Amino acid sequence: MSAIYRAVFEPGFFSSGPVRVAIGLGTLTAVVSALVGVFTVIRGQSFGGHALTDVSTAGGSGALLIGMTPLAGFVAGGLIGAGAMEMIGVQRRRGRDLATGIVLGAATGAAALFLYLDTTQGATTGATQQILFGSIFVVDSSTVPYVVGFGALALVLLAVTYRPLVLSSFNPDMASARGIPVRLVGALYMVALALAVGLSSLAIGTILSTALLVGPAATALRITRRVGSALLLSAIIGVGATWAGVLLAYDSYYWGAGGNGWPVSFFIVAAVFVTYLVSGLPARRATTRPGRPTSPATEVWGP
Amino acid sequence: MFAAFMINAWVIATIVGVVAGVVGFFVVLRGSAFAAHAIPNGAFAGAAGANLVGLSSLLGLAVFSLLAALGIGALGRRGRHDVVTALALVLMLALGALFLSRSTEYEPEIYSLLFGEILGVSSAQILPVALLGLGCIGAIVVLYRPLMLSSVVPEVAEAKGVRSHRMQSSFLVVIALATAMTVPVVGALLIFSLMIGPPAAARSLTARPLLAIVLSVVLALLTVWTAIASSYLTNWPVGFFVGALGAGCYALGRGGATWRRRRSLEM
Repeated sequence: MSAIYRAVFEPGFFSSGPVRVAIGLGTLTAVVSALVGVFTVIRGQSFGGHALTDVSTAGGSGALLIGMTPLAGFVAGGLIGAGAMEMIGVQRRRGRDLATGIVLGAATGAAALFLYLDTTQGATTGATQQILFGSIFVVDSSTVPYVVGFGALALVLLAVTYRPLVLSSFNPDMASARGIPVRLVGALYMVALALAVGLSSLAIGTILSTALLVGPAATALRITRRVGSALLLSAIIGVGATWAGVLLAYDSYYWGAGGNGWPVSFFIVAAVFVTYLVSGLPARRATTRPGRPTSPATEVWGP
Repeated sequence: MFAAFMINAWVIATIVGVVAGVVGFFVVLRGSAFAAHAIPNGAFAGAAGANLVGLSSLLGLAVFSLLAALGIGALGRRGRHDVVTALALVLMLALGALFLSRSTEYEPEIYSLLFGEILGVSSAQILPVALLGLGCIGAIVVLYRPLMLSSVVPEVAEAKGVRSHRMQSSFLVVIALATAMTVPVVGALLIFSLMIGPPAAARSLTARPLLAIVLSVVLALLTVWTAIASSYLTNWPVGFFVGALGAGCYALGRGGATWRRRRSLEM
């Protein structure tokens, strides 16, 4: 028994300081991303959520350039990007696709420039690696209070707007007929999204943070039709994937001879992806209607 | 700027511009911007993996972008399309991160894969890139009518026997081919800008499809040429200029369309 235990948890896992910080931060990040992500998936804004991560890449690398902590840049970039997408038209579905793409392209261009300047002018070697792929093990403990603060803010925003947000995500027309300020609710939700993206950018890197945002939520919405249970399930899946990722990454230092670990981000994303695939299996077997995939929106709201 | 070592870059950039202009027109028409963004990122993983095992990076690019395209096509049949695209995208990126951490590549290599490097183009790359480019254009020419039909009026296309799902998968494969050839020049993250900005501008300027394709190619060529020239002069990454000019194209197109609409209202 203890042999199995030792095989799963390599020595020092629980007493290691970086691991504790990583687990704490990872849990918070995963919960915030998973909860916000449920609405991202319902609203069909996966692309928007992903584009925000690229905008925060620009923000994070810009912050490094002027000597600030990347977290400030991630959040500021996310907020600006959310504002820009809101302005050039995210209401219509097709126009939204294009508007998102344009913001995304411009932001990546800026990120390219900032990262270039980071690596050529600044003393921040490894900026590309740090910003893009992140590492939960090297998060500076002085940023922990900010992480907690931003995470709490995102959760409060979700809690405050919960009912109108649910209604306007499923059915904007009915929501505005009932007098809900759909635009305002949407804007507040975008702020929560920007915060969530900023946090997960710090933890698993900007270009992978989409995984924590979309993966657990999409899996949860495949399994349950109710928003409440989807939120709970999504948070559980997100946290589980993060813990598994941290554990495997820690263990991986002992796998090879070189003492060179595998990236945490890879394990987290792999766990998320496998969960998504597995969650589709029962549905595939049980399905009686051939063809047409049903969107979660119609599953929850529909006939 | 036109020194011998730059000639290869100019030749490849021209091929890239033409292909991105043509393929991009359909990307914008079909609203598959997200897939067009996801597939190049998959290609990034391919290049990193090929580097790791010591194969030609063009081979890795081609194989992984095809895998990404087919994966998105197959999984999109059941799940929601945007969710599947997002997941495929991050999985590919995560694989890329893994491959990079396993190999001994140093930072500039990662950077140039993601954001482009024009000086590193060798003359041996020209032939494969030209062949892939011809393949893309050829595929678009062959698929032109059904692709157009299924993009604009999917119901009619379906009634005429065009399988919309098969069409989508074929189109994703074309994007994958276009990606594989362009990544070494403009980088995985920025080929996307080239496929979106110029075609979007062209579409807002004219409603006629063939004219829009020509315009889109012209704008894409201007973008990529200006980007290379500016990158050469300033030493800044070529990707930055492609991204900025791509967004600029779109802004001009939107502005032009609004101006024309205002004028026609006044008259």
